[in-house]
Amino acid sequence: MTLKASALKVGDTHSERVVENLSRTQIVQYAGASGDYNPLHSDEVYTTQVAGYPSVFAHGMLTMGLTGKMLTNYVGDGTLTNFGVRFTNQVWPGDTLDAKATVTAIREEGGQRYVDLALSTTNQDGKEVVAGSATARIDL
Amino acid sequence: MAKITFPVEASHIMMFARAVGDTNPVYHDAAAAKETTAGGIIAPPSFAQAVAQFDPDYHLRPKPGQKWFGSAKGPSGIDEKPASSGGLHAEQHFEFHRHIRPGDVLTVETKPGKVWEKESKRAGKLTFRERVTEYRDQKGELVITARGVGVTTERPVDQG
Repeated sequence: MTLKASALKVGDTHSERVVENLSRTQIVQYAGASGDYNPLHSDEVYTTQVAGYPSVFAHGMLTMGLTGKMLTNYVGDGTLTNFGVRFTNQVWPGDTLDAKATVTAIREEGGQRYVDLALSTTNQDGKEVVAGSATARIDL
Repeated sequence: MAKITFPVEASHIMMFARAVGDTNPVYHDAAAAKETTAGGIIAPPSFAQAVAQFDPDYHLRPKPGQKWFGSAKGPSGIDEKPASSGGLHAEQHFEFHRHIRPGDVLTVETKPGKVWEKESKRAGKLTFRERVTEYRDQKGELVITARGVGVTTERPVDQG
């Protein structure tokens, strides 16, 4: 389903819980699928004893992927034209993340309508882990 | 940087979608995907980054016969400080000219962009490096333009 301009207004929001109690195994699963085997994400011994972090942590790109799941569930399949994020805090095993999109503009360009969205993904403490923006094609 | 050939396969798209916990059939079920606005299986929006699988020199994948900086007998397989130990991902942006589909054979070229520095209370001196990557299809048409920013920190990010 493609969103319709007539049914949208600035300030509308859509949010989803995109992961609950993030497991180390899911982080490993992402390493395997993406090809990023940085030990910081899967090797507790290296990460705590050599790199100096309290534990392994998620790839930023896993958090982007989780945020993207909320986004495509909202705007529909194959309609995204832009998706960008900043990684503002690390995501740790055990984290529960909520991703939210807020409509910032509904506009027309070259006869095509678009929705602009602000994105924010937060953890169980309300701390933002991803901030971003996206644009998708919408119908009239 | 050398151009990388990225052949896109349906099984890889399925595994990637699983890893981000996305059960949307548009990423794994050809019959169901045909009925969606995408008209067939497409890749999730951040899939392009999995090009790392096809970079023969990718530094974050262990390679046979080469020392790996992760733990083995000891906490690290190398003696010196790993070159990439302080590297973190700061930003990632994708511009979609169209969405990636199984069967695409993408040619991927990355060019270095701007470099800048910033002082941070939580991690010391930060050095940001931008990389711009173009993904072109078998017809030479632009599919995705990606802009990534990596940051190297002077010390681990303080969690306080």
